[in-house]
Amino acid sequence: MSETVIEAKGLTKRYRTATAVDGVTFKVAAGEIFGMLGPNGAGKTTTILMLLGLSDVSAGDARVFGHDPKREPLAIKRRVGYLPDSVGFYDHLTAAENLHYTARLMGLGAEARASKITAALVRVGLGDVANKKVATFSRGMRQRLGLAEIVMKDAQAAILDEPTNGLDPQASAELLELIRSLKAQGVTILLSSHLLDRVQSVCDRVALFNDGRIALMGTVADLGRQVLGGGFAVEVEADGGTDMVRRLSSLPGVRNVEQPAPGKWRLICDRDLRPEAAAEVIRAGARLRKLSLDEPSLETIYRRYFQDLQGVSHAA
Amino acid sequence: MRREGSAFQGLGVVVLKELSDHFASARMRVLEWLVVLTALAAVYGAIQQVRDVTAEDPFLFLRLFTTAREPLPSFVSFLSFLVPLMAIGLGFDAVNGEHNRRTLSRILSQPIYRDALLFGKFLAGLLTLSVSLISLWLLVIGLGLIMLGVPPGGEEMARAFLFLVVTIVYAGVWLALAMLLSVVFRSAATAALVTLGLWLFLSVIWPALSSAVAEALFSAADQATQVVGGQMLARLSPATLFGECVLALLHPTTRTLGPVYLSQLQGAVMGSPLPLWDSVMVAWPQIVGLIAATILLFVAGYVAFQRQEVRA
Repeated sequence: MSETVIEAKGLTKRYRTATAVDGVTFKVAAGEIFGMLGPNGAGKTTTILMLLGLSDVSAGDARVFGHDPKREPLAIKRRVGYLPDSVGFYDHLTAAENLHYTARLMGLGAEARASKITAALVRVGLGDVANKKVATFSRGMRQRLGLAEIVMKDAQAAILDEPTNGLDPQASAELLELIRSLKAQGVTILLSSHLLDRVQSVCDRVALFNDGRIALMGTVADLGRQVLGGGFAVEVEADGGTDMVRRLSSLPGVRNVEQPAPGKWRLICDRDLRPEAAAEVIRAGARLRKLSLDEPSLETIYRRYFQDLQGVSHAA
Repeated sequence: MRREGSAFQGLGVVVLKELSDHFASARMRVLEWLVVLTALAAVYGAIQQVRDVTAEDPFLFLRLFTTAREPLPSFVSFLSFLVPLMAIGLGFDAVNGEHNRRTLSRILSQPIYRDALLFGKFLAGLLTLSVSLISLWLLVIGLGLIMLGVPPGGEEMARAFLFLVVTIVYAGVWLALAMLLSVVFRSAATAALVTLGLWLFLSVIWPALSSAVAEALFSAADQATQVVGGQMLARLSPATLFGECVLALLHPTTRTLGPVYLSQLQGAVMGSPLPLWDSVMVAWPQIVGLIAATILLFVAGYVAFQRQEVRA
């Protein structure tokens, strides 16, 4: 893997009565999209705030671009863009004026400001409303304006807290497209969300947060193997054919065959057995109608994981 | 452990932005008109009064500020009432407003420290108040020149100028208090109500209440102790301190702000004015008290803000 951009080692945040983040350890490599997933109150936002030096760290250590957020927050904040959960802007100012203010806080010169603000607004599709008051903006437009701020900053890393929260499907698809284009530009992205299916489509790796700890971490496929017991599920739909269950189970690599409905079979295999299954169906004299590989969805992983967890705690 | 970079990075940007917000806001315009109209009415009344009873007064010009003509109170009493209102109007939603608009974490994720944001907001508020008060002061002086037709002397101008400075400091006290409460209370409406409540209590109720409290506290002591104690308690209110400063600065004959013992009057020429520097000395503890109150309240707000969680 390439250079590590964000690193947390045993990061902990204690409040007087509760521990919000409890020994979180993870690494985000350059150019990666890392997703922090978990229910509300699992400690995602607190972790982000500690990484940016906006919240005190109770224990543990963090490094962003090699800087310690406790001592050198300015160096971090110069290179990292942050889009907070339901970001707000000054309603009485226009989109461009809002960006002008943050650009001046970043220390951009007057000439750089004008060109960068225009370019950033066009990039996120707000070019024609640059001089409209933000008060008239929809939620999706505000989120995009927040991304424009990150684009304008030329941030090398972006931390996005619940970027698609409260957006309609169209707006969130557009936003995810923008996030992908940032990654294509080489920006490292850390994003948090509780909306799993949307996030699954953009994240390279994810960490599942629960109760202040990272419960699981890895690629979506990794997590699927860990939680769902691994294996590939191949679904076959066909008409006719004889002795299908026995024939399909006899294929090398097939662990188990179920028949959820007449004319439908579900194979749990060690690897992707679609070609072999197709050939076998034809050999059995059946007409193949549908053949699909059931990829593990984050939603399933997530639900299964927390079900198991609850099952354990109820049993205890 | 030392933080990297200056705490004041971005201060100028914050000050400019807040200044432009203040001057463009409808709230500020309403407050300004309120102050200007009432103050000018008071000064106009004072001018009529001074003209009617023109005596041989070496400090005729200062009378502009302090003379009242029924039913209007004097310019000074108007100011001591309205300046806190203006300052509270500027400060009550300084920090919780950013929280509620959800802009705080976005702004603080820029390469600045919190110090710059809070200090910038305070400076911008104080500058706004100063600009308003200086324009008002110039208006009054101009009106006085035109309508009285008597040029003010150098010492009069010096006293009037010191009065302006003290008024700005007095505004600073209330601005710092309003900002402290805007940090403490998450709801702007609560912060505004509590600040206004404190203002009413400190400027109207406390001066009246303090002597009663002193009587109860020092019931065993002699009358002089009770009077002095009451005065000490009353001075906990910035309104009292401001009133005493004004008295010493604008009434040059004021020799002391406390009770006077007969022994102290021996050999004194009653009614003769003090030199400027002596008047300043009379009010010096009060002036320092006002400055100290501003600093204390600001520091309290600063500490509270530094410890506050950013997340909404």
